[in-house]
Amino acid sequence: MSLPSSLGQLVEEAQRLSGPLQNTIRDSIVNSIYTTAESIAAGAVTTGDPERTDWDRKIDNILTSPVWGFPIMLGLLVLVFWVTITGANIPSAMLAEGLFWIEARLTDFFMAVNAPAWLHGFLVLGVYRSLAWVVSVMLPPMAIFFPMFTLLEDSGYLPRVAFNLDRFFKKAGAHGKQALTMSMGFGCNAAGIIACRVIDSPRERLIATLTNVFVPCNGRFPTLIALAMIFVGGSVALSLAGAVATLAVAGLVVLGIAITLFVSWLLSKTLLKGTPSSFTLELPPYRRPQIAQVILRSMLDRTIFVLTRAMIIAAPAGGIIWILANTHIGDTSILAALAGWLDPFAQHMGLDGFILTAFILGLPANEIVLPILIMSYVSGGAMMELDSLAALRQLLVDQHGWTWLTALCTMIFILCHWPCGTTLFTIQKEQHRWRWTLLAVAIPTAMGIILCITVNYLAQGLGLI
Amino acid sequence: MYGSTTLNSAPVGSFVLVKEVNAEGLTRRRLLDLGLVPGTRVEVIRRSPVGDPIAFNIRGAVIALRQEESSKVTVIDS
Amino acid sequence: MGLTYQSTGKLANREAFDVPVSANEPVIALAGNPNTGKSTVFNALTGLRQHTGNWPGKTVLQTKGIFIHEGQQYTLVDLPGTYSLLANSVDEQVARDFICFAKPDATIVVVDATCLERNLNLALQVMEITEQVVLCVNLIDEARRRKLNIDTGALTRALGIPVVATAARSKEGLPQLLESTAKVVWKKIKPRPNLVQYIPEVEAAVSLLEPKVKALLGNDINPRWISLRLLDGDITLIKALEKFYGQQKVKSVREVFA
Ligand SMILES: Nc1nc2c(ncn2[C@@H]2O[C@H](COP(=O)(O)OP(=O)(O)O)[C@@H](O)[C@H]2O)c(=O)[nH]1
Ligand SMILES: [Mg+2]
Repeated sequence: MSLPSSLGQLVEEAQRLSGPLQNTIRDSIVNSIYTTAESIAAGAVTTGDPERTDWDRKIDNILTSPVWGFPIMLGLLVLVFWVTITGANIPSAMLAEGLFWIEARLTDFFMAVNAPAWLHGFLVLGVYRSLAWVVSVMLPPMAIFFPMFTLLEDSGYLPRVAFNLDRFFKKAGAHGKQALTMSMGFGCNAAGIIACRVIDSPRERLIATLTNVFVPCNGRFPTLIALAMIFVGGSVALSLAGAVATLAVAGLVVLGIAITLFVSWLLSKTLLKGTPSSFTLELPPYRRPQIAQVILRSMLDRTIFVLTRAMIIAAPAGGIIWILANTHIGDTSILAALAGWLDPFAQHMGLDGFILTAFILGLPANEIVLPILIMSYVSGGAMMELDSLAALRQLLVDQHGWTWLTALCTMIFILCHWPCGTTLFTIQKEQHRWRWTLLAVAIPTAMGIILCITVNYLAQGLGLI
Repeated sequence: MYGSTTLNSAPVGSFVLVKEVNAEGLTRRRLLDLGLVPGTRVEVIRRSPVGDPIAFNIRGAVIALRQEESSKVTVIDS
Repeated sequence: MGLTYQSTGKLANREAFDVPVSANEPVIALAGNPNTGKSTVFNALTGLRQHTGNWPGKTVLQTKGIFIHEGQQYTLVDLPGTYSLLANSVDEQVARDFICFAKPDATIVVVDATCLERNLNLALQVMEITEQVVLCVNLIDEARRRKLNIDTGALTRALGIPVVATAARSKEGLPQLLESTAKVVWKKIKPRPNLVQYIPEVEAAVSLLEPKVKALLGNDINPRWISLRLLDGDITLIKALEKFYGQQKVKSVREVFA
């Protein structure tokens, strides 16, 4: 017997032995393992109640039924947002009131010690104020949204969503598990992009990665909610406001899903050509989530984590924005100059220069777009305490001429614009190619610009405004 | 004895026996590894609301397969 | 010739997996099908908070943590969930490479008590690579709820490895799991896995190939298992072998597949 001296020879030897029977050998190996497993399991498991009703089946009969499957999915989406929006309203207002009361005391203190105006401006109106905004706007919705989402995740519902929606993803040339990565994106797009690793085919993983940003993450929800409350909800009786705002946000999410499918389809027809790879999805048994644990875990793991990240970015950003808004070149501030320069283009999109500037400066984290906008609006103008949505409405509508169309275009652009810094970093880390990271910026941005311009001109052309 | 058909065209609620997997390469390996070896009894549980994929009970787990894969598995009625 | 491979230090490959290399710092791997509670076991033992949830595929990173049991520190690695180790997907390769090349001192295979047959498929494959295996029959509370009775004694006899029933979420059975695992790590129990017997044609081919594998690669990685994979035409394993056992012979392998 000649002994092999290299792996290559060993492989040759194996190929000689298995010969043309490779497939048969393979089949028989798998077969033997399964048969063994089957007989061992048969010898170890006895069932005491073979007639037991299969509750999973019964639940699935409803949750994935042709009639109820989609309405329930939509209903759950709306329910989650409705609970979040109505539930977050009051705590948000209370937090804002408290935090701005502290701001006033801080101001008193700075006055009392005769601190220079720039120091007070930088620290209190810049750093503190944007922190206060981020906390009061983000904390309550997150503290409600994340536990609810975790409950859904723990119960086993998410794979059913993927099961229901798979056909659409297949048509779009995408992987069925993209529905799962999108769900993770609701929490945080960076997490959604890491979750894309569950997709084996590189082509489909890339599609899922490039489109994840069309799912509004938690940094963007609160802003969407606030705008929806002010403009959509504000136009109807107060009792209905929450419901109408909910529908607006849910509608936007559905739009985001539609855009995801469209862009996935476009990519798989152009840049990322290919047929969908094979796909298997396990539908695990439903399990009763441990409610107390879920709440604790989602609070600690997700809420605090996301909030801390937002605050770490918001604090210096707030200070820098304050400097930009208060450093004058000639008689305009740097911020105003930037906004003025962007304004003509922004107007086409139904926005204004300040809004677009806020989006650009908000690159580090979406959470700070609204604080930046507010800061750039109020700097220069009369100081006001923004401790309620009514005050925000006054600032936007009365002082800066926002219409519902401005709000709508802003909301669309929140849904479709470049991913935040963390997400881009994650994409670069996962895909290792600059061109994909750049594409991840270009695609949603182009989508957003096109949509905003279309909506803006359509509404104006139809005389809706 | 009934004729053979493919897994995707077996009616919902029926039980079938796997006869063979008509795929090559990776798809074949994946399907086999899921437990679709000849002789395995599979229950067709449900179709997704829009018809595809279809969920099967394969060796105790509920697994959804797209048409592309399930059409590669030949089965006979059980 | 083959000595080049054998001379590689026994645990040296662990470095590549970023786990302790010293024999005094045991490494334990958690393998299992998706959604069987691996991360829940991992979290319960290490006190970490790895993402859990009821959908397959949520653990995409191989995560490690440490825990201390009776004064001894152990490193625990949570592998991605897979149905098999036949390496058809990246996850399966990650899990296989870890068990095969990092050579954990013990591998806990976490199986779903309500779906034993499917889950044992993976356990049997792990047992082919390493003898240092403990079976953790998790979700035993779910099985009870469904009036399924699992005879762990029968499982132990049939498989030849320690079997522990657990409900990881309520920490039931975890002390016993730790105890059995520690015993396996320190060789106080020596599992004797009953391996799958294949059809005569396959067994015959294996018996021809096995001595040659042994001659080239030594006993470091189970020669029977490597023979089976080679007969199976598992290219990913060959690539992994090249990676972990030096590049000298790469060329000749390429030629074979050219
Ligand atoms: N009832 C019950 N549920 C469990 C048990 N262990 C885990 N789970 C749940 O099963 C699901 C999957 O667990 P996970 O640890 O994420 O599984 P992995 O995919 O193997 O890491 C989660 O919803 C867990 O809460 C258990 O022993 N009993
Ligand atoms: Mg896990």
